[in-house]
Formats: sequence, C-alpha cells, structure tokens
Amino acid sequence: MIPTELNLLTLSMLLPLIGVAVLAFVPKTNALLTKQIALVTTLSVAAVGIYMTVKFEFNNTTFQFVESREWIPAFGINYALGVDGIAMILILMSVLLTPVVVVAGWNESDGGRWSAKVFYSLILVLETMIIGVFASTDVFLFYVFFEAMLVPVYFLIGGFGSGERAAAAVKFLLYSLFGGLLMLASIIGIFVMATRYGNRTFDITALSQLHTVLTPMMENVLFLGFFIAFAIKAPLWPLHTWLPDAAKSATPGTSVLLLGILDKVGTFGMIRYCLTLFPNASKTFTPIIITLAVISILYGAFLAIGAKDIKRLIAYTSISHFGFITLGIFAMTSQGMTGSVLYMFNHGFSTAALFLVAGHMISRRKSSTISDFGGLQRVTPIMAWSFFIAGLSSLALPGLSSFVSEFLVLVGTFTRYPVAAVIATFGIVLAALYILIPVQRALHGPTTPGNENMSDLTLREKVGIAPVIAIIVVLGFYPSPLLKIINPISSQIISQQGFSDPAPTISEGKE
Amino acid sequence: MIQFVSPTFDYAALAPILIVLGGAVIGVLIEAFVSANLRSRVQLFTTLASLILALGALVQARGKYTSAAAMEAITFDGAGLLLQGSVLIISIIAVFLLADQENFTALASALPGSDEERTSLQQSLKITEVYPLTLFAVAGMLIFPVATDLVTLFVALEILSLPLYLLAGLSRRRRLASQEAALKYFLLGAFSSAFFLMGIAYLYGFSSSVSFAGIHAAVVGGTGNDVYLLLGIAFLSIGLLFKVGAVPFHAWSPDVYQGAPTAVTGFMAAATKVAAFGAMLRIFYVVFAETYYQWRPAFIAIAVITMVFGSIVAITQRDVKRMLAYSSIAHAGFLLAGVIALSKSGLDASIFYLFAYGIATVGAFGVVTLVRDAAGEVTDLNRWSGLGKRSPLVATAFAGFLLAFAGIPLTSGFIGKFSIFSAAYESGSTLILIAGVLSSAIAAFFYIRVIVLMFFNNPVEDGTTVVIPSVYTQTTIIVSAVVTFILGIYPTPLIDFIQSTAQFLR
Repeated sequence: MIPTELNLLTLSMLLPLIGVAVLAFVPKTNALLTKQIALVTTLSVAAVGIYMTVKFEFNNTTFQFVESREWIPAFGINYALGVDGIAMILILMSVLLTPVVVVAGWNESDGGRWSAKVFYSLILVLETMIIGVFASTDVFLFYVFFEAMLVPVYFLIGGFGSGERAAAAVKFLLYSLFGGLLMLASIIGIFVMATRYGNRTFDITALSQLHTVLTPMMENVLFLGFFIAFAIKAPLWPLHTWLPDAAKSATPGTSVLLLGILDKVGTFGMIRYCLTLFPNASKTFTPIIITLAVISILYGAFLAIGAKDIKRLIAYTSISHFGFITLGIFAMTSQGMTGSVLYMFNHGFSTAALFLVAGHMISRRKSSTISDFGGLQRVTPIMAWSFFIAGLSSLALPGLSSFVSEFLVLVGTFTRYPVAAVIATFGIVLAALYILIPVQRALHGPTTPGNENMSDLTLREKVGIAPVIAIIVVLGFYPSPLLKIINPISSQIISQQGFSDPAPTISEGKE
Repeated sequence: MIQFVSPTFDYAALAPILIVLGGAVIGVLIEAFVSANLRSRVQLFTTLASLILALGALVQARGKYTSAAAMEAITFDGAGLLLQGSVLIISIIAVFLLADQENFTALASALPGSDEERTSLQQSLKITEVYPLTLFAVAGMLIFPVATDLVTLFVALEILSLPLYLLAGLSRRRRLASQEAALKYFLLGAFSSAFFLMGIAYLYGFSSSVSFAGIHAAVVGGTGNDVYLLLGIAFLSIGLLFKVGAVPFHAWSPDVYQGAPTAVTGFMAAATKVAAFGAMLRIFYVVFAETYYQWRPAFIAIAVITMVFGSIVAITQRDVKRMLAYSSIAHAGFLLAGVIALSKSGLDASIFYLFAYGIATVGAFGVVTLVRDAAGEVTDLNRWSGLGKRSPLVATAFAGFLLAFAGIPLTSGFIGKFSIFSAAYESGSTLILIAGVLSSAIAAFFYIRVIVLMFFNNPVEDGTTVVIPSVYTQTTIIVSAVVTFILGIYPTPLIDFIQSTAQFLR
C-alpha cells in the first residue's frame, strides 16, 4: 500500500535517519559540516513537531496523527503510531531539546573515542527512537523502541563521556536491560492472554479491555513487569543507583537527553501502560508506589544537599523530581495527572538548562567539584545568571514554569493522600537548600583562586541556552496552552480508572 | 518365506540429499584425480554447486509432500523442507569460511611438531578433503530431520557426526588441542550413540517397530510395556541432547568449539543444531506427543538448567570461542523451550530461531577467524581489547551478532526469543518464561562485556591484528549480518512462510 499522505509522526522519525544517511557521506575530518547537518536536521524535526502541536486538536482525546500498517501480522503486531495530549507534549519537549543539545554541546564530541560523525549519528538515531517510543500505539512497537534506544545511549555515554565512562555505561545498560526483560516477560504474558481471549493484538486501545478478563493475580504480576521497568527508567528509589553515575560520566548534552527526555519514558509508560492496561493492579499497588515516590522525593533531595559534584547534584535533584511526577500520577486525580505531565515537560527544560550551564562551567574550570568554583557572578555574570535562573526553576519558584506543575501535583495529591502530600511538601523546602547552597558557594561571594580568568558564555552558548530559559519564564506566567492540551486527556485517564476527583470539603459559614 | 517388496522412492523429495551425497562422492574423486594446484578451486566450486543445486531441488520439491519418500524411512513434509532449507543455506554461507585454507593443517596425518609436518607446511600442501567431508556431514544433516525410522535416524546421525569428528582435528595451529578436541568429540559422541542405540532397542521392545508410525501407534494404543517406553525415550533423548549440547550432556562442547578450526566450529555450531533440533522436534511432536506428561517435566528441568548454567558459566570465560560455546549451550536451552511447547506456534518459533541463530553464529565465528597474530587466531578475550579502534567495521559486525545473541530488538535474536518464549508460555510453561528471561539478563552481561572490551578499552600492543578478510570471509560476514538485521526489522515474509509451511506429516 502506498501512503497517500505522509504521516507527520513518521516524517519526524524519518528526518533524523535521513540526516544520518547524509552524515555517512561527510568526511570524518569535517566536524563542522557534520555539526551543521545535525543542527539543520534537528531543527527541521523541531519544526515538524511544532507544526503538529499547532495542528493538535486539544479537545479530542483519541489518538491523533494515526498511522497503522501491518508489521508482523503473524503475531498481530502493527507499525501503529498516534499521539494523545500527553505524548504530544513529550514529543514537543524532545524535539525542542534535541537542537538545543546540538548547539550547546557543539564541542562535546571532541573528547570522545570516536569522531563527531559518530556522536551526531548516535544522537540522530536516538531522536528517531525517542519519537517512536512516545508515538507508538502498539505495545510491541513501543517495546522495540524502548529497548533499542539503550544502544545509542550506551555508546554515547561510553564513547564520549568522561571519567569512569565505560563502567557507568555498562551499569546503565544492565539496569535497563534487566527492567526491559521483565517487561518482555509481561508483554509475552499480555500477548498470550490476549490470544487466549480471542484477540491476538498488541493495539493499546484493544488491550485496555484485557484487564476485564484477567485474574487479579495475573494482572498484578503483569503490572509489576511493566512497573519495575519504568521505575528503573524513571528512576524511582530504590532502583535509581545507575543514574548518578551515568549523569556524572556522560557529556552534559547526553545527560540532557538521558535525564530530560529518556527518563520521561518511564513516567510516560506508567501513565500509558500501567494505568491503562492494568487499572485494578495500579490501584492495588498505589499505596506502595506513593510511599516509594515520597521516599524518592526526600532521599533525592537529601543526597542533592550532600552532593559535592555538580553533575551528581543535578542527578539527585532529578530523582527528587521524578518522585513528584510519580506521586502525581498515582494520586489518581486529574490535577495530579495534569501536574505530572506538565512537570515532565518543565523538568526537561529546567534540567537541560542546569546541565548545559553546568557543562559550560565544568569545561572552563576543568573540574566538576562544586567547591572548586566561587564568585562566578563577578567574572562571568551571564553564565551565573543562567545557572541561577535554571536553579530557581528547579526549586519551583513561583513565576517560573515548574511552580505551576509542582503546585498542581501537590494539590492533586492532597485531596486524596493528604499525609503523603504534606510530607512531599518538605521536598520543596529541601529543594531551596540544595539549589541555593551551591548557588551561594559557586556564584556569590569573592572570586576564589582558579576562577579569575574564566570567560563568559560565547554567542553560540548563549544562543543554545536562551530558548530554554525563555520557555521556563514564559510558561511560568502562561502555562495555559500546554494545560489545554493536557487537561482533557488526564481527566479522561482518571475517569477511565473509575475515579472521580474528590469534591473539596467546604465548611459551612457566612461570608 | 519372506516376501520381498522392491522399494519405491520418491526421487523428487530425495533429490537434495542425493545431490549433496553425489557432490561428496565427486569430491572424493577430485581428491584422487585432479592436480594439486587446481584442487582447492575445483573442490570449492563442486561443493558450492552441489549445495546450491540441492537448494534448487528443494525449492522444486516444495508442496510435493509425502510420508513415503523412501518407503517409511523418510518423510518429506513442510517442516522437513524448512529444516533442510536452513541447513543448506547455513552450509552455503559457512562453506565460504572453509574456503580460507589458512585455517587448516597441511597434512592431517602428520604428528604435531614432527619433521613430516614441517615439510608439508613448507611444500604448502593444501588439505582439500574438508570439502567432501563437509558435504557428507551436510547430507547427514539433511537426512536427520526428515528420517521417520529409528534406524535411518541413527545412520543419519553417524553420517553427520563422523566427518565432524575428523574436521574438528584439522586445525593448522595448536594442533594438539585440535586433535584432543577431535578425540574427545569422537569418544563422547560414540558414547552418546551407544545410548541412542540402546534407546532404539528399548523402543523396539516396547512397540516391536522401528518406524515412527509404528511406535506412535503403540504409544497411542499402549502395549503395557511402559517401562520400555520410558527407558527408550530417556536413552534416545540423551543421544539427541548430547548433539545439541544441553546440560548435563554439554561437557564436550567448550573444548571442541575451542579446539576445532574456527570455520568448522561455526559450521558445526550452526548446522548441527538445526539438524539435531529438527530431529528432536519431529520425534517429540510426531511420536511422543501423546505421552507428553511423561517426558515434559524432565525436559523442562533440562531446559531451565541448560539456560541458566550456560549463561552463568559463560560469564567466567576468557576465551572468545569458549564463551560462544557456553552461549550456544544457553541457546540450546532456549530452543528446548520450543520442543516443550509442543504446539504449532512452538514449531514455527523453533524453526525461525534455529535459522536466525544459525546465521548469526556462522557470522560471529567468521569474525573470530579474522583476529590474528603471528601464531594464528587470537581467541583470548583480553587481547580483543580495543578492537573497535583497530578495525571498526569488524568490531561493529561482531557487536551486532552479540546483540542478536542477547536478543536486543531490531535483531533477529529478539524476534526469535519473543516467539519461542511466548510459544512456551502459551502451552503453560511459566517456569520456562521466567528462567528464560532471567538467563537472558545474565547472558546480556557477558555479551556486553565483550562490546565494552572492543569499543571502550584501549588496544593492547602485542601484535594482535585484524587481517583484511578475503572475499570469501567477507561474503560470510556481510551476508550473515544483513540477514540478522533484516530478520530483526522485517521478519514478516519468513515468519509467514514458516507459518504456512511448517507441518509434520505423520
């Protein structure tokens, strides 16, 4: 069958691959041309992504931009794409962040084992897989992207990182593969159950009815296979230990892709797969998951306060933030869900800003230890301000984008799990500590020896970081376009779970 | 007086076997009559031609299925077609590896280290007997999965085994290890053949028949001699499990894999598995299906032990060929899942898995032949360090094969693993699914370790080099790599073909 019209999602997945094909003909020595091609490719993908977002009908909660072709009909597997509001938001985030990574990390491939050509080919392949993982509406297809994605990341960390990069890459890969194989067992389980009940398919919409015929025991087991894989990816305490190492060893750009985008696949998967496929099991496990989420929030925050390395610090803050996201998802309220999705988007940008500015600082100082920095505000005001704003966004200062999402998560959680919400709120206080302490040490005060001659951000670096900061600020004041996309779908997911938002208790009284 | 019926043959169905046997006989004649400097080229041509002709004959015979291809002794059916096709395709790819004569000793009869050996090396004698030997082995492998008579099955087993014992001893370097491997393989192989024969005897005692149909009738009807049946199944299984290298009958495989010339190891590992699993599938699906409750528990136990043991022991290996040997043991465990499934989807999955695994195995051993130093192939993993820097293409190809073994999506290994585990789970073996997934996780560890070694470690400066592959070896590696990835990205045509073709005729 010849496609009469090219599907936009397929197009956005094809473009990076075309970029890779073009890169194959660029001579290895011509790093500049390589980077330019990578930038043009990622920008054109971003243009497609923005166009899709504009075209997205936000009141329509069915999948949009759908395309479905038979892939392996013998197993009922289709190449099926489509996005709902949540997937749309995450794809938008991914395609916007990738060119930023290319620009800001212009020289990142220099310290690698291989040429820039390999670096940017890996990034482009990864972009295709990222879009695929969010856009798949076929569980098998999703799994293929979910696992195949590990390979380019593995080589990005191991080939271009710093320090103990090979060990960190292996740790990352083994953790992820282990989770992935558990998920494979669950997928086989789903497949066999679906076959047994007469519908040999991997279509997510069809499978969302499967839970009505599963025994509770079976549903719980299958749920756990998925959930553990996503909890490793997200990462949730106590499955997080690969993240700080990977983030420390990877280049800043890779870290942005890893923490900012890839880890979202975990929380995205919880919504799309855990909640949709196994609603009863999700309810059964909610108390445990909420507990783990709260522990993650506090644990990540405490470790961040104690972190001596700037990249590890950011990684720990992310563990805390992923705790918030998971909390919002499993609070089973529409505010919580909306907040979590918005949180994922915002976290992508604030983490990107933090990692990229930190990367610029580290490459200048040749050290990632926080105590090596001091008084940067006087020497490099623009870099210092960028880091400061990114930090404020990370601690969810009102007026910046992440405040809206964190607030929604906490409000959404409070209506159903007040205790968890109250404890989680301490995470905000701790966030102020883990951001402001390093800001004070590294940026303010007298300039310490070794930092006097540091140069400020170059034009390229400014161009890389500016859009990220602009998005953080603008969305802080005006998040409603995104909320319009997210709200309908999150209400629908919550109501599909058989939940309604708890009515606020209003005390009787006169004004 | 005994009535003697003259046998009838269906030559169309037997053609592939006959062509390969004919090619082997011609090969022997070429050894005798063609001058030495032309011999290797003529032999290669003859071997390839007979394999390709056999494949052509097989395609011609498609659809003409019969359970009486050679009286009751051979059944040519859809599953047989697929298995024979797999054996032939894998052999064709593997023969290109054999064509690199560098790997073989010049004079097999010379004692290692003797003057005779030295002069034979100086005269640059070439040992071209490998070609007819290979063809004989292939012929045995073609008969093995289609034999429906225990005596024919045994003869096929011997036809495929004897040339392999010889081939294992022909390595040019480390000849003592190679000869030790050959002897070990031979002795243990003979031992397992004895078990196999014993099993045949018991089954004859049980059913007073050696044909599959006769035994099956006795299994269904019952003869009251169930002990003989059980002993027969057990001994027969030992013979078969030995050939596929399942734990606890695996002890030969690491030594033989390591000692044999790498090209032979690749051929043996890939093609023997197809033939032996083909026969095993036929026996258990056709003859013993109704009595599954008697053998399945034991097979589940063996499969689980084989997967787990192979994966765990592979971690400790420091030699690439031994590592691949243990990996192949683990894969034998995964493949047993297909036998246990005892369903149409189990059969389909097994055939797909056998083909995909066979191709990737030949390719992987093809890469191993390329990494050398002055003394020959380097199989010590430590010295593979930094291979990615020296020779990115070769290292990437090897990494691709390893990812396929590990079952990473977008390689053929993933589709194989998915289909075989789901078939096993479909028929109720939850244990197989769990053990399979866990041992895959363990196995991933050592595959990745090799990738780390090749790409993330610095090269060691001890003269290890990657030789520029000859056209032959290049063909093997490129074809295997392409097939491995195509089957991972778009396996539909093959899966559909297998699904519509794979049937056992009783």
